[in-house]
Amino acid sequence: MKYVIAIIQPDRLDEVVAALEEEEIILITVSEVMGRGRQKGVAEVYRSHVERNGLLHKIKVEVAVNDSDVWKAVDAIASGARTGHVGDGKIFVLDLEECIRIRTGETSNSAIR
Amino acid sequence: MDKISAGDTAWMLISTALVMLMTPGLAFFYGGLVRRKNVLSIMVQCLILVGVISIQWVLFGYSLAFGPDHWHIIGGLSWVGLHNVGIVPNANYAPTIPHILFMLFQMMFAVITPALIVGAFAERMKFSAFLIFSIVWATIVYDPLAHWVWGVGGMLRQLGALDFAGGTVVHINAGAAALAAALVIGKRKGYPDTSPPHNLPFAILGAALLWFGWFGFNAGSALSAGGVAVSAFASTHLAAGTAAVAWAAMDWIRTRRPTALGTISGAVAGLVAITPASGFVTPLGALGIGALAGLVCYGSVMWMKGKLGYDDSLDAFGVHGVGGMLGALCTGLWATVAINSAGANGVFHGGGKLILWQFIAVVGSFAYSFVLSFGLLKLIDKVVGLRVKPDHESIGLDLTQHSESAYTVVG
Repeated sequence: MKYVIAIIQPDRLDEVVAALEEEEIILITVSEVMGRGRQKGVAEVYRSHVERNGLLHKIKVEVAVNDSDVWKAVDAIASGARTGHVGDGKIFVLDLEECIRIRTGETSNSAIR
Repeated sequence: MDKISAGDTAWMLISTALVMLMTPGLAFFYGGLVRRKNVLSIMVQCLILVGVISIQWVLFGYSLAFGPDHWHIIGGLSWVGLHNVGIVPNANYAPTIPHILFMLFQMMFAVITPALIVGAFAERMKFSAFLIFSIVWATIVYDPLAHWVWGVGGMLRQLGALDFAGGTVVHINAGAAALAAALVIGKRKGYPDTSPPHNLPFAILGAALLWFGWFGFNAGSALSAGGVAVSAFASTHLAAGTAAVAWAAMDWIRTRRPTALGTISGAVAGLVAITPASGFVTPLGALGIGALAGLVCYGSVMWMKGKLGYDDSLDAFGVHGVGGMLGALCTGLWATVAINSAGANGVFHGGGKLILWQFIAVVGSFAYSFVLSFGLLKLIDKVVGLRVKPDHESIGLDLTQHSESAYTVVG
C-alpha cells in the first residue's frame, strides 16, 4: 500500500478531484496549508510591517492506494494540477504500513478502497 | 421646558448612539490588526470601558470635566452623581437639549478616548493593570483636559483655542498617552518581526463603523440640528475620503501597490485631523486638511516609527497623536467665521492669532497627557506590573487573560 501526498495550487483542486474520480479513486483528504517551493512567494505589506517569508496558500491532497493503483493516482493528480507554470506543486509517495477501517475493523487492501 | 428643541434633541440622541458605536467599531479596527491569539483581549479592553467609564462618568467624571469651574483647571464635585444634572437644559453648554443628553453625548467621548490608547500596548498588557490605568487616567488626565478645552472657565477655552469635537481632548490626549505607554511597557517580543494583521476584513469593518460614527462625533458636536452640524458633517466626510485617497496614493507610489490597510488608515487619519476643525472650515478646506492628514500620518507611521524604534503597535500615536496635532494646527489655518460665527478666522482667512492659540493648546495638552500618563504607568508598573509574563505573551492574551479562544477551529 502507498500513501500519496500532493501539494497543489488551490485553484486546481476541482480538476485534481475529478481526475482521481475518473480513476475510481474516491477516498481523499484535503487540507489548506501554507508553503513555498522555488516560487519564492510575494511580498506582503501592512503599513510599516513587511512580510518576507514568502509562504503562499496551497492545498494538500492525500490519498491511500493499493500498490497497483499508485501510478494511476499520481498521473491523475499530476494531470489535474499541471498548468506548466512555476508553482504547480509536488507529489510524494510514501510506504503505507497498514490501513484500518474504523467502523468494521477491516484492514489492509480491503480497507483502502 | 419650552427651550428644549425636539429637532436638536432627536439629532443629539442619534449622535450619542453613533459615537457609542465607535467604541465597538474601534474594537474591530484594532482587533483585525492583531494576531488571532490576541483578538479577544483587544475587544474586551474596548468593550469593558463602555461600562466602566460610563459609571465613572456619571459618578464624578462629568462633574470634574464640565462642572462649575474652579481656578480654570477643574470642574469640581458639585455635580457628583449627576446632582443638578436633569432634563432642564444647561444654558452654557447646550441650551436646547436636556442637560442629561449633553452629559450622555460627552460620556461617549470619555469612553472612546482611553480605548484609543489600547492600540499602543496591544498584545502585552495585563488586564488588571489596564483597568486600573484606564480608570485613573480618565479621572486625572481626560477629565481635567476636557475641562480646560470645553468647560466653561477652562483655561484653553478662555485663551481662544478652537477644538470643535475633540482634536486635543480625545486625539492628542490619547496619542500622547499612547506614546508614553509604548515607551513604558516596551516592545512586543520579537518586535519588529511580529505578525501581520490576522483579519483585515474586520479592520475594514471597524474603520467603516468609525467613519459612520464620526458623523455623530463631529456633526453632533454642534449640539444642535442646523447649519453648523451640516458643515461639520460635510467636512468630516470629505476629509476622510481625501485622506484615504492620499494614503492609498502614497502606498501606490512608494510600495507599488495601494493597500486596503493603507486606504482605511488614511481615512481614519483624515477623520482624526478634521475633528478639531470640523465645525469651522469650508468643504474645500476639509479637502486640504484631509490631503495633509493622509500624507503626514503616512510619514509618521511608515518612516518616523521605524526610525525612532518604539513599538506603538497599532499606530495610536502615529495616527491619533500626530493627526490630532496636525488637525489642531490646520484649524488655525483654515477656520473661518463664515462657517461658524462662534469660531474665529485662521491664517487663510486673515486671522493671525488663532494659530498661536492652537499651538499652545497642542503643546499644553500633549505635555500634560504625556507626563501624567508616563508617571501613572510607571507607578502602576511598580505596584501591579504592567506587562504579562513572557510565556503568557507567547501563548496569547485571549487564553491567558480571558480563558477564551476567538475561533474554534476543530469542533
